Formats: sequence, structure tokens, C-alpha cells
Amino acid sequence: MLEFRKEIFADERDDNLNEIGQPTQRQDMLGHVTGRTRFFDDHAFEGLLHLKVVRSPHHHARIRGIDTSAAERIAGVRRIIRAADVPHNLNTLLSLIGFGRDDEPALAEDTVRYVGEPIVAIVADSEATAYEAVNAVRVDYEVLPHVLDVEEALAPGAPQVNPAYPGNAFEYHDLYNHQKLRFGDVEKGFAQADYVLDERYQMSPIEHAPTETNGSIAAPETNDRFVVHTSTQALFFSLGTSAKLLDLPSNRLHFIGGTVGGGFGGKVDTLTEPLSILGAMLTGAPVRYVLNREEEMQAGPPRGAERWYVKDGVMNDGRIVARQLRGYFDAGAYTRLSSYAVHKCTAHIPGPYTIPNVSSDVFCVFTHRTPATAMRGFGVTGVDFALECQMDKLARAIGMDAIEFRILNAYRDGDMKAHRREAKNCALIECCQVAAEKANWPIRDEFKQMSSMTGGGGERAIMPVNAPARYDAPQPAAAQPPLQPAVAPSAPPPQPAPAAQPAPPPAQPAPPPQPAQTDQKRTYRFSSVVGTRRR
Amino acid sequence: MTKTPLQFRLNGAEKAVFTEGGQNLLDVLRREVGDFAPKYGCGQGACGVCTVLVDGEPRLSCLTLAETVQGQAVETTSGLADGPELHVLQTAFMEHFAAQCGFCTPGMLMAAKALLDTNPTPSRDDVVEAISGNICRCTGYEPIIDAILDAAHNRRRSA
Ligand code: FES
Ligand code: FES
Repeated sequence: MLEFRKEIFADERDDNLNEIGQPTQRQDMLGHVTGRTRFFDDHAFEGLLHLKVVRSPHHHARIRGIDTSAAERIAGVRRIIRAADVPHNLNTLLSLIGFGRDDEPALAEDTVRYVGEPIVAIVADSEATAYEAVNAVRVDYEVLPHVLDVEEALAPGAPQVNPAYPGNAFEYHDLYNHQKLRFGDVEKGFAQADYVLDERYQMSPIEHAPTETNGSIAAPETNDRFVVHTSTQALFFSLGTSAKLLDLPSNRLHFIGGTVGGGFGGKVDTLTEPLSILGAMLTGAPVRYVLNREEEMQAGPPRGAERWYVKDGVMNDGRIVARQLRGYFDAGAYTRLSSYAVHKCTAHIPGPYTIPNVSSDVFCVFTHRTPATAMRGFGVTGVDFALECQMDKLARAIGMDAIEFRILNAYRDGDMKAHRREAKNCALIECCQVAAEKANWPIRDEFKQMSSMTGGGGERAIMPVNAPARYDAPQPAAAQPPLQPAVAPSAPPPQPAPAAQPAPPPAQPAPPPQPAQTDQKRTYRFSSVVGTRRR
Repeated sequence: MTKTPLQFRLNGAEKAVFTEGGQNLLDVLRREVGDFAPKYGCGQGACGVCTVLVDGEPRLSCLTLAETVQGQAVETTSGLADGPELHVLQTAFMEHFAAQCGFCTPGMLMAAKALLDTNPTPSRDDVVEAISGNICRCTGYEPIIDAILDAAHNRRRSA
């Protein structure tokens, strides 16, 4: 059973909540245990037809010709759908929020860019007939050179993956081929550091493997609409994407979803609905398009691969003084959500630690691999793996306890983050303390006493001057007006030497411990009732 | 294609359908009879979400030729409750938060029922063994194992 540690931040929470902290039954549980829950495929339709697609066996190839004549002759084949049948055969998932160029067709036109890319769809009376017809389609390929590695994809002369992005990297604001973060001066930090660690990390693609595979059923409905039962986790992405690809007003589409047999992010992309609906439009019958397990694993989008280079400078007393990152997200052949993942990742750097000098460059790279998508914390998981491995190695290198090392460097309320935002509602220190306690991991008393609520701000809140000119960031002529008044326009704060204490002090000595804050003095701008803690 | 008549009992009720050669039981239950409790997850015996009982034995319906259940008794989760009374396993699954997305649940319940019907006092290892062919991607299994053990316990108490 869950345990709620109400003594932590106790004076900041209204404990008059009815739901939070109380066990509650899922509203869908009775349906689950009685087998009555209706997933997308649990709907009966008279005259249901089945759709299956011909997929690319190559990473990269030009399609010279497609011969469907043998497939057409198979009894029970109702319709063969080709790229030319898709009314508007180009889209990008985030186009609905104006983010990125249209770069992906519903059915490949003249080039395939990953193994498993759909080329031709067959609608038939039974799944078996649809498979038989899929196997009877002859595609004439001219195999082209491919690239499967992010850094090779960015090297000069690499095969071009996606014509919307000729440099094999997503372009932010149609201008920048990566996301950049600069805070302070990492070179200066490295020069000052007692120890510098430069490492490389890598994460492979990960398949969500939901027990229910991706799929949908589309059927002509009354009022000249189509009803669509779908496994989607993102109903309005699917609705908008289908309307755009099929050139239909969205009010002609009646999407029913919300019951997902395991998603974990793998059902955010619009994989099946446009072709199910198109099949229903072209045949006038209900059409079901469900990935089989092999398709789910091969052509279903995974969490994308990532590669990281992390260089840190640390002082013998445990303070991290510089952190430099270079990261590559493998989007696969099409953008989908990877551009956004890089954004989210950059907002997370340098991890939950107050570091006076930070620099990062993160690329969203196209390769001839299965397009990547969302998965539980995507954008953050890979870099956190790298950073936390790095934290352990750094602690070991300077002979410090790994948890104390994290507590020492953790964000505290009032610190300035590398994104020039003040840290608020910090809780890493408390998490570390509880984790140590649960694991019977000894940490010293002074680390048990530390708090996210004290010791932050002051010198830890100083905004460094702009990045030096040697970084290729476009620089405004004059220093930008400080975002905060009264910021010393100096180099990153020199970290004072530890006071005469046996244990390393916090990265910055606490600005004179705030005189016992009383409840009247603390301003409650939010309360737990609206979800945030304080200030 | 030639169709074969097939008669069997489903959750106690007589059913008669026509099957095609090679059609599996999962397909017949879902598409011909309209019992959507057993699910499709892989069609190749790897996930267990299609588990049903045939004459009390757990079977992967995706790998069972429909015509082989001629004259036999098939049980699915749709028939687990006794009218409005939930089966002890269903109550235990609810109490132990043993389902999240719920897609594995109908198969998991059938595997668990087969166990309790033959072994009223299973050990934790027995439970693990009994559901070892059933994949759950959501719960991490522990709540399911706890639920099944608790159901066995409750059933003994009320017996
Ligand atoms: S669908 Fe039968 S074992 Fe997976
Ligand atoms: S509850 Fe989702 S697979 Fe088990």
C-alpha cells in the first residue's frame, strides 16, 4: 500500500483533501474484471472488411514500380489502395500545432525510408485473403545507401533521409539544426575544476509492446459521417491527422477512443486510422486495420535511440562547477514527436542540479530507422540515464557518497536554473533523504538536516553574463537586459572555499539562514488545493 | 470455402456456428459468437490474452482449431460471474488493483480459475507458474499474484 510522508513540507499543505491520499477504485475496473470493457476491436460490424499493408523490406530504396495485378485477381480482394488514392498524402504529427514541416506520407510515394514503411494497402473479405494479396504484390526496388547512426547521418556526404530536412537534422524555427543552451562559461569551469570527466552514453530504441496492438475500425455512419473505433492515446491527433490526410472536414469523423489496451506512448502516433477511414470511403463498408504482433514490434514506433556526450567539472569538495552536453536523438525516418522530445530534453538539462556553468547542444537527427515516438518521460529518460550514471562516477572519483553528492548539488528553492528561471518547489533533497532511509543507506547527519527550502538563492541565484562570443550562438549586440534586477554583471559566482567544517558545505553556503520563517511571513501564492506548493 | 458446423457450450449455453477450415477458436468466439472477452495480442501463443478454458483446461484460443472443441464446454471471463454475483477472483482483482489497462485481465482470470479449480491451496510459486504464459505489460504482476492468492484464501474460508 502507498505510504504518504505527510511530515515532509507539512506546513505547506492543506490536509483537508478528499481524494488525494485516499485509495480509490478505478472507474473502469468492473468492466475489466467482467470482460465487458470494450476495446476498439471489441465491436461487431456486419460485412466487416480487413485491411493489411505491403511494407518495405529495405531501409532505403526507390520504388521503380508496383505490380498489383496478381493481388487484384485474388477472390475476396475488394480494393487496392495506393499513394495516389490518399487525397493529401503528406503530414507531420505536430503540424496541428504548427511545429515542423510536413514530411511523412500515409503510403510511400516513390521512396521508402525505413523497414516496415507502408506502401500499398489491401482491403479484403478476410484477414487471410488480405495477407495473401499483400504477398502477391510485386514492388520493384532500387536499393539505396542507408544510414542508421545519428552521428554518421550528420557527417558530410551521408545519404539524405528525409527531403523535408536535407541536412538530416530537424530545423527549429526553420533556422537552427539543434537546440542550444548556454549559461555561464563551461571552459572557465573546467579550468577551475579539480577533476573533469568526459563520457559517452547510449540508449537503444525501446518498443512499448502493449498487449493490445495498434489498430482501428472505421465504418460509414449516419449523417454522411464515419465512426472510428481506435486504440489511440491521442484522439485529437488522430482526428486532425486523418482529416488532413483525407482532406475531410473533421466534423465528418466521429472518433471513439479512450479505452487503450496498454499504450505507454506507443499509441500517440496516427498509425492506422487514416487508412481504415480511406478503406471505408472507397468500399462503403466497415474496415478494420489492426497491426499484428510482428508489425507492432517492427513498424510500430519505439522510444527513439539517444547518444550523449557528457563532460563535467567537479571540485574535490563535491561542487559541480561545469557541465557540457552534446546529445543526438534518433528520430528515425520521420519527425513525429522527436523534435518536441529534444525541446523537452533541453528544458531538463542539466538535471536537477545547480551548476553555475552549463552548455548543451541537442540534435533531432533523421536516420533510416523506424520513426520514434513518445514513451513514458521521453525526452528526459535517456539524458537522465546518462546524467545519473555520470553523477555516480563523479562521486566515486572524488571519494564522496553518491547520495550526499546529489544532495549537495540539488536545486534548492530560489536557485537560478540554467534556463534563467528560478527554481521553485524543489524536493530532490527530500527524495534523496527518504530513498537513503528506505534503503538503509547511511548518510551523514548534516545531509539528513538539509532542506530544499533553505540554503538556496543568494549567490546560487546569480545570473551569469551572456555566453562569451566564441560560442556560435547569434548574439544580440548589447548584453540583454537582465531578467532580474540587481544582478551582478560578473563572471559566474566564485564558489567560496568551504568553511572550517569537516564535511563539504552546500555548493554555496546558505545565505544567512533565513530567520525562522513564520507562517505569517511566508506568502502562499498557491496551495496544494490547486496543485502547487508555495510561493 | 467449405464451412463446417460446430456445436459447443459457451459459459453453459449451447452455441452452433459454421467455421471455416483453419479458423481458430479465438476468431470464432469473437467474430462468429460475439464474445469479446478473450483478446488478440499475438496470435502465436506468446501472450496469453486469448486464454479460455476448454473442459476446464486452460487453452490459448488463438492456437486452438475451432473444430476441435466440438461438443466441449468452453468458458470465458464473460461467464465468470454468477449473475450479478462476482466470482471470488473478480472481487480479489478489484481489491488488489490487479488490472490497469485491463487487456490481459480476461485471460489472466481464466488462467487463475483453472489453477484454483484444481488446486484450492496454491503456493505463491504455483500461482506464478499458472500465469507464466500470460503477459501483463502494466501491473508488474505482483498485484495479480496477491489477488489470486487472496481469492484462494477467501474461497477456502467461505467454503
Ligand atoms: S493471442 Fe493467443 S497467446 Fe497471444
Ligand atoms: S493490465 Fe494492461 S496488460 Fe495487464
